[in-house]
Amino acid sequence: MREFMQSFLQKVTSNRRVLLLGYVLLFVALAVLPFLLSNTVGRTWVRILDFALIYAMLALGLNIVVGFAGLLDLGYIAFYAVGAYTWALLASPQFDLHLPFWAILPIGAGMAALFGVLLGAPTLRLRGDYLAIVTLGFGEIIRIFLNNLDRPINVTNGPIGINKIDPISIGGADLTRTHEWLGISFSGVHIYYYLLLALLILTIVMCVRLENSRIGRAWLAIREDELAAQAMGINTRNIKLLAFALGASFGGIAGGLFASLQGFVSPESFGLLESIMVLCMVVLGGMGHVYGVLLGALLLTVLPEILRSTASPVQRALFGDVYVDPEALRMLLFGLALILVMLVRPSGLWPAPKRRVALDQDSSRD
Amino acid sequence: MDIFAQQVLNGLVLGSVYAMVALGYTMVYGILGLINFAHGEVVMIGAMIALAVISTLMGVSPDMNPFTMIFIAGSTAILVCMLLAFFIERLAYRPLRKAPRLAPLITAIGVSILLQNLAMIIWGRRYKMVPQIFPTETHELFGATITSVQLFIIGISGILMAGLLLVVHFTKLGRAMRATSESQRVAGLMGINVNKIISVTFMMGAALGAVAGILVAGNYSVAHYSMGFMLGLKAFTAAVLGGIGNLGGAVLGGLLLGLIESVGAGYIGDLTGGFLGSHYQDVFAFVVLIIVLVFRPTGLMGERVSERA
Repeated sequence: MREFMQSFLQKVTSNRRVLLLGYVLLFVALAVLPFLLSNTVGRTWVRILDFALIYAMLALGLNIVVGFAGLLDLGYIAFYAVGAYTWALLASPQFDLHLPFWAILPIGAGMAALFGVLLGAPTLRLRGDYLAIVTLGFGEIIRIFLNNLDRPINVTNGPIGINKIDPISIGGADLTRTHEWLGISFSGVHIYYYLLLALLILTIVMCVRLENSRIGRAWLAIREDELAAQAMGINTRNIKLLAFALGASFGGIAGGLFASLQGFVSPESFGLLESIMVLCMVVLGGMGHVYGVLLGALLLTVLPEILRSTASPVQRALFGDVYVDPEALRMLLFGLALILVMLVRPSGLWPAPKRRVALDQDSSRD
Repeated sequence: MDIFAQQVLNGLVLGSVYAMVALGYTMVYGILGLINFAHGEVVMIGAMIALAVISTLMGVSPDMNPFTMIFIAGSTAILVCMLLAFFIERLAYRPLRKAPRLAPLITAIGVSILLQNLAMIIWGRRYKMVPQIFPTETHELFGATITSVQLFIIGISGILMAGLLLVVHFTKLGRAMRATSESQRVAGLMGINVNKIISVTFMMGAALGAVAGILVAGNYSVAHYSMGFMLGLKAFTAAVLGGIGNLGGAVLGGLLLGLIESVGAGYIGDLTGGFLGSHYQDVFAFVVLIIVLVFRPTGLMGERVSERA
């Protein structure tokens, strides 16, 4: 059966016309998805979908660092925070700056990349879990500074956060408002959906191209064996720093988009738990595999929301009343899901085909 | 009252708790190479169980000897935590021993989330006050005041940590543990039941963690379902600071981190001319960690690992 499926898939994907048809169908499905959602389960779900797309971008960025280059980063959310706060400071009444989005997006990415190098440079010598704890500390340091930089000079507004952040606007048209084009009314979340989808597709293309490039192969080489990679003439220092910087800049862009969509940022959104969540997306989906990570990100953003909306109604239907705190129950089930998925599929839900071979050999070593 | 002496003393109290929790992390890491993210939650469960037992006992017989009460509560908490650690290892880590390196890390995170929310369901969202069992006495020591609870913390943690070091270095069990952490395969060939040793290691770490949890709750007079998270994080930082996998390093790292936090928080304002306040206490701990690791990439007492670890 499996062989049949494989040969079938091969036949389908080798036929260009069928492949093209598949892409067109996928494209149409993605285009009508927000309308389908807002007409069946409500507009909140389009918003959740927006966040899922942002998280997917974030997870793909982390995948460069953890999945490709094999550098365990437990403070990745810091770059997301840097991007978000860069946007918030440059486009809000906080300093009365209102730069346009095409100016802030590169600045945010650049700032995040700078912080990535800042983290990467002193930690180049560290290995494995030592690196993990330093990145974790780095993430906490960034969050604590954001939380306390309201005095002596007020920069970040402290724990209150920054409000009234400008949305993306093109030619004076605010993208969070409802617009009408060709007789169809697009609300803010819908417009953002298409914008984010386009950016995500761009990110995916970049990731896939990167993975198959000279740099990508250098990352894989470092991940599998740093010493051997060095012996093969790879400049491990620069290549590792590049992984940090590139991964961080993806996070920075995602953070900026998050700030503009939400209209509000506070240090609370950038805690350790969020870093861990993004790491879970990468590992659960299939570390190092772009589509696996994508799957992980979508699942882990949508699953808690589904649990949130079902936790109390299901209890009420079964027992007649809400006995267990729905928020706690939701997270409890989420933790359970993490454990079960990893137990059943230790290499992730959709691991990279090449990587699976490498890991099997690796695990036979003591 | 001498402020510096007071800060040092508070640091030592905090540090000995960190050290006890750090030992749990470092023992597991030494054997499995796994960051046991759920350990902080085990510590929290220990505190919660002890608290529940104490409040039940107080309800049943209010004039019970406080030492008997503490003893019963403590042993119950230790037992529950050991059982919990046994099952966590058996169900969430052992099946993944040959899996990719990050898979058990994710299950550890899953267990941590699970336990935290389970505790929230059982004991509620609110902070739980710890009843005062002992009358608080204060003593003067080098110009600093120390409460009887703090003395108790330093004493108990000192005894337990010394006991652990003795067990690991001078008993047959300890030798088996050290052998297992060197190489599971070779230890197995020498007739050591590796699975049993790993279970025992988890349980010993959990027992220490349970005691640490009780001591922390006693010191601050509150317990909360989320108390384990930050405590665990700090303790793990301490373990890394000392050189993860190294027992003496964990103790040193724990005490050092406690001192740094306490003294650092007390003087950071003066040092930076009031620019940074004591809210930056946690930053201090992490900055020291980063600086130490930049100069000693395997921690203060960690062995130099070869390139092919």
